[in-house]
Amino acid sequence: MAAMTESSGMDEATAAAPAVKPQAPANGKAGDGQVGRGRDAARPDKDARHSALTGRTVGQVRCENPFIVAENIDVFYGDNHAIKDVTLEIGRNQVVALIGPSGCGKSTFLRCLNRMNDSIDIARVTGTITLDGQDIYSRDLDPVVLRARVGMVFQKPNPFPKSIYDNVAYGPRIHGLAADRAELDEIVHVSLERAGLLKEVKDRLDEPGTGLSGGQQQRLCIARTIAVNPEVILMDEPCSALDPIATARIEDLIDELSANYAIVIVTHSMQQAARVSQRVAYFHLGTLVEVDETDRIFTNPQHKLTEDYVTGRIG
Amino acid sequence: MAHVDAERTKRLVEASLGARHRRERLFQVAGFLATTVGVVFLAIFFWTLIAQGYSAFVQTFVKLDVEFSESELAPAGTLDLQYANFDALARSAFREYFPDVTGRSDRRELNKLLSVGPSYAIRDAIEQNPDLVGTTVSMWVPAAAIVDMLVKENIDRNLPESQRPLTDQQIAWVDRLIERDALDTRFNTALFSNGDSREPELAGIRGALMGSFYMLLITIALAFPIGAAAAVYLEEFAPKNRWSDLIEVNINNLAAVPSIVFGLLGLAVFINWMAIPRSAPLVGGLVLSLLTLPVIIIASRAAIKAVPPSIREAAFGLGASRVQVVFHHVIPLALPGMLNGAIIGMSRALGESAPLLMIGVVAFIVDVPSGFSDPATALPVQIYLWADSPERAFAERTSAAIIVLLGFLLLMNLAAIIMRKRVERQW
Repeated sequence: MAAMTESSGMDEATAAAPAVKPQAPANGKAGDGQVGRGRDAARPDKDARHSALTGRTVGQVRCENPFIVAENIDVFYGDNHAIKDVTLEIGRNQVVALIGPSGCGKSTFLRCLNRMNDSIDIARVTGTITLDGQDIYSRDLDPVVLRARVGMVFQKPNPFPKSIYDNVAYGPRIHGLAADRAELDEIVHVSLERAGLLKEVKDRLDEPGTGLSGGQQQRLCIARTIAVNPEVILMDEPCSALDPIATARIEDLIDELSANYAIVIVTHSMQQAARVSQRVAYFHLGTLVEVDETDRIFTNPQHKLTEDYVTGRIG
Repeated sequence: MAHVDAERTKRLVEASLGARHRRERLFQVAGFLATTVGVVFLAIFFWTLIAQGYSAFVQTFVKLDVEFSESELAPAGTLDLQYANFDALARSAFREYFPDVTGRSDRRELNKLLSVGPSYAIRDAIEQNPDLVGTTVSMWVPAAAIVDMLVKENIDRNLPESQRPLTDQQIAWVDRLIERDALDTRFNTALFSNGDSREPELAGIRGALMGSFYMLLITIALAFPIGAAAAVYLEEFAPKNRWSDLIEVNINNLAAVPSIVFGLLGLAVFINWMAIPRSAPLVGGLVLSLLTLPVIIIASRAAIKAVPPSIREAAFGLGASRVQVVFHHVIPLALPGMLNGAIIGMSRALGESAPLLMIGVVAFIVDVPSGFSDPATALPVQIYLWADSPERAFAERTSAAIIVLLGFLLLMNLAAIIMRKRVERQW
């Protein structure tokens, strides 16, 4: 299994990718040794461009003025080693796209950034992640505070079964961000405005949010997220359930939002990554293979796996 | 190659169509038959129940011109009911219809046509209005059950005399009353206003109804909050480990434990140890709560599990704490399902009689309970007691009590469904 992923399996990574789960328990620690992960598995005999999952992340994991710094992150779901030694910095006002085949761990990594993995009993995260210098896995940091600073938009639009107004007002309400009704009204309106939804819904704020179209629902979820006034927005394939027109609107929105927020977006669409992001991180089987400026990833990737993926030979 | 395969596929699919359609028809017929059998048996059940029970809702009354004689009610000039013989007043009024009956044994036979009920009616009348003394008032009072049965044709007058509860002479007397328009069938108020009685014409289900009502009040007040809280805790807060698995298995088993075992538990804990009075709705309610808890917990857990994880994630993602997620999102969405569990549990509790056997609810209790600690029976227990009684008149009352029980059940479920719909509509 390990041998296959290393050499011959590259042109059929779609098939290899779902095999991640059965592979992990079968391989165990021995597999780790063979596939290699970072420092302990240096293989000088192989060219980085052609080696598979050996070696460190290629490209630039560091960036200027980093806001989120993830150092040596490993995530385990029980025995399954889902993320292997990932180090990545995310800058202020930067859009970073996480790409890679299904099951490569990009969503898992994203969910580490606001500790959404906490709710999964068997998940275990090691390494450190700091947000503006503060360790987010530290004991004195309540995830409630973290998630108020790091908002999240999910793959499937998931508005609450409440009115449009209540959807947006929910975050500010539970955090006590508005002193009175007027202020709450303003937060709701500004958030809907910034999510580009206000025009369409301003006359029916009392109607259920679940009655909107898919694209509108996703923008409602974005409005709900920015109503809390976070510093970072995590987006987990926010457009995968949307048609191209709705997708284009969300992408425009991401562009606008990037002026005020750091955005980390997981996407399966290379075009989307190219359109919205400044940097791209390519994940493969739980390893962060390559990180670089978006242009470089798509025009001149350093790693063979990255090249195969972005040119469409994988996935 | 490909087009050859396509031909073959088409041929094979077409060849298999006949069998598939046959199977579908077969299944539809089987399903239809199953449904029909169910509906037919339900119809038979309701038909026999209503056919047997409807007559209990009316009762034969006899008209008495009661003379509230001073000598009986106010022997010393003032009203004194302590030694008053109301029975004698009723009987003398009844005998007005039969001046020709003089013999002692004949009179005794005659008196059997009159219920013991009139004496209570006379007492109540005089207590309410003492001015009646010295006057004669025309009153409609319940006739004895045998008269009622004869009028309702539940007793076949063509049977030999030795095989029916009325003699030929008594039947002749009843016929004379009918001729004189002194008999009338009216709505049986006693059925709904009285407690149990040895006399069918006076027996009512109010005691059992109130007993069941108080018990269910306690059951819903205890079982729903406790069950819902347990379900929420187990689903949302408790760590998933060997202990929670053990608890889950036990709860599931508890739902299948024979209900009489809960009765024994109630006897040991609530009556022997906690010394709560036996036969009280309080004990019954506690026992039924125990019985209902597993049902409510299981249904509530299922309802909580059915809340889409995306809603939880959305709330967590906004920074809601666990309690906020549970109370703002999970419970409101799971509430209809939880109420459903409560309906099922309460319906079961209403119909249970076995656990109540153990805690003294199967008792002949005449008084209507007016609180949680008064002795009481419950509807299913009352049905059992009446079904066990030899008098023919109790047979129709048994059916009537079942109809009332079903009505109670229907009303309860209706209320719960309306409540559920209202909860659902909010979202």
